[in-house]
Amino acid sequence: MEEPQIPKESIEKVFDKYEAQPSNLIPLLQESQEEFGYLPRQVMEKISDYLELPVSKIYGVATFYAQFRFEPLGKHMIKFCHGTACHVKAAEAITETIENELGIKTGETTEDGMFTIERVACLGCCSLAPVIMVDGEVHGNLTREKAKKVVEQYREGGE
Amino acid sequence: MNRRVLVGYASCGIAAGARDVYEELIRILEERDIGIKVDKVGCVGMCHNEPIIEIEDDENKYTYGNLEKSDIESIVEDHIIHGVPLEDKLIQTTDKEYDYFSKQHKIVLRNSGVIDPEDIEEYIERDGYEALKKALDMEPDEIIDEVKDSNLRGRGGAGFPTGLKWQFAKDAKADKKYVICNADEGDPGAFMDRSVLEGDPHAVLEGMTIGAYAIGADEGYIYCRAEYPLAIKRLELGIKEAKKKGFLGDKILGTDFSFDIHVKEGAGAFVCGEETALMHSIEGERGMPRPRPPFPAQQGLFGHPTNINNVETWANIPWIMRNGADKFKDVGTDKSGGTKVFALAGKVKRGGLVEVPIGTTLKEVIFDIGGGIENDKEFKAVQLGGPSGGCLPKKYLDTPVDYETLTKAGAIMGSGGMIVMDEDTCMVNVANYFLDFTQEESCGKCTFCRIGTKRMLEMLISFSEGKGTTEDIEKLKELAYQIKAHSLCGLGQTAPNPVLTTLRYFEDEYTAHLEEGTCPARVCRELITFTITEECIGCTKCSHECPVDAISGKPKEKHVIDQDVCIKCGACEEVCPVNAVEVE
Repeated sequence: MEEPQIPKESIEKVFDKYEAQPSNLIPLLQESQEEFGYLPRQVMEKISDYLELPVSKIYGVATFYAQFRFEPLGKHMIKFCHGTACHVKAAEAITETIENELGIKTGETTEDGMFTIERVACLGCCSLAPVIMVDGEVHGNLTREKAKKVVEQYREGGE
Repeated sequence: MNRRVLVGYASCGIAAGARDVYEELIRILEERDIGIKVDKVGCVGMCHNEPIIEIEDDENKYTYGNLEKSDIESIVEDHIIHGVPLEDKLIQTTDKEYDYFSKQHKIVLRNSGVIDPEDIEEYIERDGYEALKKALDMEPDEIIDEVKDSNLRGRGGAGFPTGLKWQFAKDAKADKKYVICNADEGDPGAFMDRSVLEGDPHAVLEGMTIGAYAIGADEGYIYCRAEYPLAIKRLELGIKEAKKKGFLGDKILGTDFSFDIHVKEGAGAFVCGEETALMHSIEGERGMPRPRPPFPAQQGLFGHPTNINNVETWANIPWIMRNGADKFKDVGTDKSGGTKVFALAGKVKRGGLVEVPIGTTLKEVIFDIGGGIENDKEFKAVQLGGPSGGCLPKKYLDTPVDYETLTKAGAIMGSGGMIVMDEDTCMVNVANYFLDFTQEESCGKCTFCRIGTKRMLEMLISFSEGKGTTEDIEKLKELAYQIKAHSLCGLGQTAPNPVLTTLRYFEDEYTAHLEEGTCPARVCRELITFTITEECIGCTKCSHECPVDAISGKPKEKHVIDQDVCIKCGACEEVCPVNAVEVE
């Protein structure tokens, strides 16, 4: 897929906060992802110029960490917790239910661009297991039924 | 009369609905024009009762739990206006302690759930920064001796004596030194550090400042998981406020000592909990570990001597400085002083954050504090230490939680995750789960860790499908020992532990999978079947619920599952109102 062109200014705006030193690489990547939703190639190239580090290095660091994405995301991000507590409380069933509901597999985005779903290791709300996080909001003590309702709520919310 | 309302407002409280409760409370108080102080506080520890509010007056404190938005009206009406506590939602009062707290001892969590973590004044009111003042009047060596005397050991899991670690960093000769707080709480099933950072951020900042003064550092980093946005927000705010008050920054409290702290967000790599990997990550590199020596105390962050401790370790320091090493030693065992915070979760009635003296038994934590097993099922095992730890069976319930005893039993103290498992938990599946995690998180540097964990996982997956022989168990063990011996860092060295302990204590479950082709806990899908019994009332709920349309039957008639189509997801069992779905 052809990547949309991002105006130079909006990339440079991200750089303003950080000095051009290698230890700022990860914060720069984080800030860029926050801004653009993912890490477009163009942005990584710009970071490479700014820090005077090879693009391969930027890409090497970015791919090491689970947080970074190289493709655009859906409007809503659903994270399935698969921490130990959630696991023993049937997190798998919740994941399956939502996968079925949306017709996509973990790691994918729905065709209408509404939802992206992914697995995470632990959200740290173990006493509410099983939990999912939608756009930073945690939903706990889920059953299949409740999980469907949560998805519905965001779908209806539209925006 | 001074009165105050406290609303539990940590991440899990918010997830349970604290925001609704808080907003409703504020709305009603404003509507009725009642002037009462309302504080958002950190984790109260009783996650199983969230959302929680507490009403405090000069003499008494009343705790309400499991609240719904609709309960707030009556609490305001009856309690706040008329002074009559509402019995049915009341969990505890000052006179009648909830037995969840009876065996707990709060040092690290002393402020969590009590103060507003976003208000430095409330921390100061509870003797905050007194320890720093005292420390700045002491010689660095005196501070280190005090910490050594206290028998405080690293709460990140390994249990290295903290004072000794400080000594090494202090003895290193250099112009520039760092201290780091490891807040990359990556173990699935652990949330102690998050709660401390969210509930009492200044305790960590004060601890780090004292440590920095003792070893001679002028700069510090807190490396915090990006998954903990609230903790990061409160730390950043805390740093700002502490600087304003002169507890941090240039010439702290008028002395010649200057110290600054930065917060660095992690980027989602479990291996960064390892100290050398963590430092690489702060430097902007891939978070891969390196061989030691040189140890961080000699050559750490950016090549400078560095002392790195975990959140909970740092949070203990102000208490020790204020109350003295002897008092700290009084709590705990001969070899390790103080308490340990555990994140109690899983199949336990009352989960939450639990702080107990080191040496308390597992039974006391799980049964006396946790109230035993949910739904009156049978206890099977307790998992400690996450992916690096192990599962202990019933016969170890009398084991005291201390570093040596747990290690001897095959588990580890770890950072504090404590997951309770019942008869419905399959131990082969649990081993599988942890290996899946570690092989995914292996950074790939060491061959045994990178490829060995993958091969182990493949074997475990085939076991869960009933494939393999008992000889394969021996191969699995051999591979496990090789990985432990030939990995550079803690991740690889401990990755096989969950497999080894489940093999040690639950080998019969492995053989049941392999020899009889059955999963005793009825979890492993390849080995179970779902059928509908004569009890079926033909309500059609299951056939509507089935994601693959495997269930057929007319309304009011017995339904049937097509075994060729069934994916054994268990949805039918969950919705059946008459328990007519049988799993074998």
